[in-house]
Amino acid sequence: MEHYLSLFLKAVFVENLALAFFLGMCTFLAVSKKVETATGLGIAVVVVQTISIPLNNLIYQYLLKDGALAWAGFPGVDLSFLGLISYIGVIAAMVQILEMTLDKFVPALYNALGIFLPLITVNCAILGGSLFMVERDYNFSESVVFGFGSGFGWAIAIMALAGIREKLKYSDIPEGLRGLGATFIIVGLMAMAFMAFSGIQL
Amino acid sequence: MAESTKKVLFGPIFENNPIALQVLGICSALAVTTKLDTVLVMSAAVIFVTAFSNASVSLIREQIPGSIRIIVQMTIIASLVILVDQVLKAYAFELSKQLSVFVGLIITNCIVMGRAEGFAMKNGVWLSFLDGIGNGLGYSMILVIVGVFRELLGSGSLLGYTILPLTTDGGWYNANGLMLLPPSAFFIIGFFIWVLRSYKKDQIEVDG
Repeated sequence: MEHYLSLFLKAVFVENLALAFFLGMCTFLAVSKKVETATGLGIAVVVVQTISIPLNNLIYQYLLKDGALAWAGFPGVDLSFLGLISYIGVIAAMVQILEMTLDKFVPALYNALGIFLPLITVNCAILGGSLFMVERDYNFSESVVFGFGSGFGWAIAIMALAGIREKLKYSDIPEGLRGLGATFIIVGLMAMAFMAFSGIQL
Repeated sequence: MAESTKKVLFGPIFENNPIALQVLGICSALAVTTKLDTVLVMSAAVIFVTAFSNASVSLIREQIPGSIRIIVQMTIIASLVILVDQVLKAYAFELSKQLSVFVGLIITNCIVMGRAEGFAMKNGVWLSFLDGIGNGLGYSMILVIVGVFRELLGSGSLLGYTILPLTTDGGWYNANGLMLLPPSAFFIIGFFIWVLRSYKKDQIEVDG
């Protein structure tokens, strides 16, 4: 149990996808002008991350890994080079299915997440999460925890950034730095603050 | 070289830089910049992928049905990235370990996708190929600038050769550890955008 807790905290704070690995930056900067929209996107990322990483984990373990096809009678087959294309396919299909399911059964949530779901397919945080999962060789239950944790960390980061940017509206920033420039510097400062977590050992 | 070709090739480097102006593709831009050699490999990979994905998409743009074009583009890009990844693993294993997941993330790099969708679907093969190279170069330029600053100030060397002798090795330069950590990449890009926009006033955002 302790192992999972420490994995979770590590994924949320120490190895925050947005602030330590720069993943999902495009949407991170573009959709962080308002706290409300940032929260919507954050929740969508948590949901997709929690489903797609374990799913990709199963695909990797039972189809792609070296010798994984032994159960089908092909013990010497290594399909891991097909990884990239399968993961992105799984993510795209998953997002599509999630969108249709939500539309049918939970219309309120569907309207809230609205435009963010399709955007997520090309969010590098999602694909990055799956690739990290493969690289670090997590097992199934670890990948569930890691998926939820990394999505959660990304959501926290984008909500915090949106809050800061809302406050920033009233400040007098040098001309050339307005907009994108200032945002980058704020993200840098946030990343420094998050680095304070890196000493935590559980 | 005709005027328009030149514009397609060199425009994205300063006038319309994909990272500084269009905010595309910074996801993978920052994580690989602690050392210059990873930057160069990453840049070469991105230029290769953008150029050839643009060319291939443009080649079959008449045949792609509109409703599934994103999937078709994605498949082309993913296949090219797999190619790059396999080549790196075979010939530069150490570097590919350092780049870790970021080669794979070229797939979701918005520059590649954005150019395929925005330019290659409407233009001829040759022009799209040049546009891919141009945008790849614009991306590389920022990466190289960030990489030079981070490696030079953070470890006192460039491409592994010592430029500023470190105090730990008996030299005079006290290494700035912050430069090796993630936040510095954000600061450098922020300041770079500031410099670029002070020089080109028309890129300033009005309602920032």
